[in-house]
Amino acid sequence: MNRIEHTFAELKHREEKALVGFVTAGDPDPERSFQIVRSMCRAGLDILELGIPFSDPTADGPVIQRSSARALKSKTRLSLIMEMTARLRKETGIPIILFSYYNPILAYGADRFYEEAVASGADGALVVDLPPEESAELIAGWDFARFALIRLIAPTTPQQRMKTIADDAAGFLYLVSKTGVTGSAGLDTSLVGGQVDRLREVTALPICVGFGVSTPEDVAALSRISDGVVIGSAFERLIEENIDSPDLPEMVGDQTRIYKKATKSADADL
Amino acid sequence: MSHERLIQPRPEGPDAGGHFGPYGGRYIAETLMPAVLELERAYKRISKEPEFTTQLADLLRNFAGRPTPLFHARRLSRHLGGGEIYLKREDLTHTGAHKINNTLGQTLLAHWMGKKKIIAETGAGQHGVATATAAALFGMECKIFMGVEDIERQAPNVRRMELLGAEVHPVDSGTGTLKDAMNEALRYWVGAVEDTFYVIGSVAGPHPYPMLVRDFQKVIGEEAREQILAAAGRLPDLLIACVGGGSNAMGLFYPFLDDPVEMVGVEAAGKGLSSGKHAATLCSGSIGVLHGSKSYLLQDADGQITEAHSISAGLDYPGVGPEHSLFKDLGRARYVAVDDNAALEAFHALCALEGIIPALESAHALAYAMVEAKNGPADRVIVVNLSGRGDKDLGIVSSVMEEKSRS
Repeated sequence: MNRIEHTFAELKHREEKALVGFVTAGDPDPERSFQIVRSMCRAGLDILELGIPFSDPTADGPVIQRSSARALKSKTRLSLIMEMTARLRKETGIPIILFSYYNPILAYGADRFYEEAVASGADGALVVDLPPEESAELIAGWDFARFALIRLIAPTTPQQRMKTIADDAAGFLYLVSKTGVTGSAGLDTSLVGGQVDRLREVTALPICVGFGVSTPEDVAALSRISDGVVIGSAFERLIEENIDSPDLPEMVGDQTRIYKKATKSADADL
Repeated sequence: MSHERLIQPRPEGPDAGGHFGPYGGRYIAETLMPAVLELERAYKRISKEPEFTTQLADLLRNFAGRPTPLFHARRLSRHLGGGEIYLKREDLTHTGAHKINNTLGQTLLAHWMGKKKIIAETGAGQHGVATATAAALFGMECKIFMGVEDIERQAPNVRRMELLGAEVHPVDSGTGTLKDAMNEALRYWVGAVEDTFYVIGSVAGPHPYPMLVRDFQKVIGEEAREQILAAAGRLPDLLIACVGGGSNAMGLFYPFLDDPVEMVGVEAAGKGLSSGKHAATLCSGSIGVLHGSKSYLLQDADGQITEAHSISAGLDYPGVGPEHSLFKDLGRARYVAVDDNAALEAFHALCALEGIIPALESAHALAYAMVEAKNGPADRVIVVNLSGRGDKDLGIVSSVMEEKSRS
């Protein structure tokens, strides 16, 4: 059993859902970024999505665009993110997913990316602008049991296409809660529920829901219907608003704890 | 170049997945995938409808003013002393640039698909104006994304779009130019994909756009081919067009692919290729993925997109259409770069010698044609795509002239 499978099995046993946290690696700078992520892991994060910054993040809203720009300004390169992953792996046993646009991976070299990611202790990658139609060249040599390509399902994805995507997927499925970029407002959990149901009919993989999730109430509501909840922009907003605070890692850790608590109360009344 | 080299192999594409050799494809968020798949199916179906073809032909003729003339630039040719230069007058279309060919095609397609809202990105503003025009004609709601830098340097086009009823959405991320406008249009589209048609302005973006835009622009080359056969009694030796994303060049080149005709795409060398401030993607870029397709790009070693620079807003783009990347690799077309100064000289030469004010974009093609005509044999026939008119550039040109007169 790999780390992703182990995590979902454990959570099921504990009757909890996964808290998946996204932060851009290197934001605001490589060292503080490491401290922030370590603090999140210590606070009970279940799965880490480590964002690889890109100059032109077309699927991201303003908050993650700015975090990406800050990380690039502090010279965060993919080689440095591999080192950060290896360092984190010494601290934590949770799955680490590298979250990227395709171009930085292409420039790094697809084979080199895979080899170094596996060696550093990462468990998978999610490439936001790489639909199944284009992913063959990237994953040709991948062993999904060691390192999975996490697939995205969108609100616009018809059920037949959901099945096609899910059949080739591993790890878990990332269900995008709504049309729009990351951090968009207007999460509608009842609509998401319908999507989850349609997706459940075609897959046995765990389903994590992300995009536009910001409050503990959102997390609790989504925890009732899915296997995990992804928080990204809300963490990045916290980082941005407290960027000069010496307590920033602890603040992000505290917020992680609040969200994590909401994944445990799926059946409780809120 | 031998004729065999010119026509063999004939570049094919796109394949079923939207690839031109190793380029092209659909590198986009899953949310948009169903929309581009739907667009591809709709285009295949609707473009075969005789009614659609008739409507588009009527619009091109009676609304856009096609066919555009092919003008023999005799004074310019004589002045240069070698080769005969013919200008394909896309500047004479309604809205003043070749962009209208594509926006009428895509907007008519959107209309047939039952869409009521359209969006577009724009650099120089020509595609924005052409989209706003088509939207007004079809009574559609229209939003145009434009970088703040371009809004500043192409102000007259902003006014035109607003008069035509479009909402101009300023984009201040990045360098505030075409690349950023396209980023923002894609972001908006992800949120509005269910009822909004995205009119992409160049032979770029995810499949089927490079094919779609090529098909709507190839009317330029089809007309030019007939016209040059009538005017010169033979095929041209050389076709020249500027390349930003590459739509006017593709439109001119495509109908000549089976002919022994040399093709040159002219990119913007900005302040010079060695200065790093240029937009010469094919001349000095490397392969990567941006805005939905794999193609040559301006990027650093980490795969971060670098800033493009050109005096011409329409060429100021760090990517290029995937089919041009294939043409480059196969040697079917040659790509060169012309700097800001050479483009300005060509701009003034055409004004003085032929009474035509060209767009700064087109002036790049013209500048290279002037070099070729100066150095080539006298009987050579050169067709240059005069892709747009220069009224929009008067502000930039006069401020450069003022600077020069001060220094």
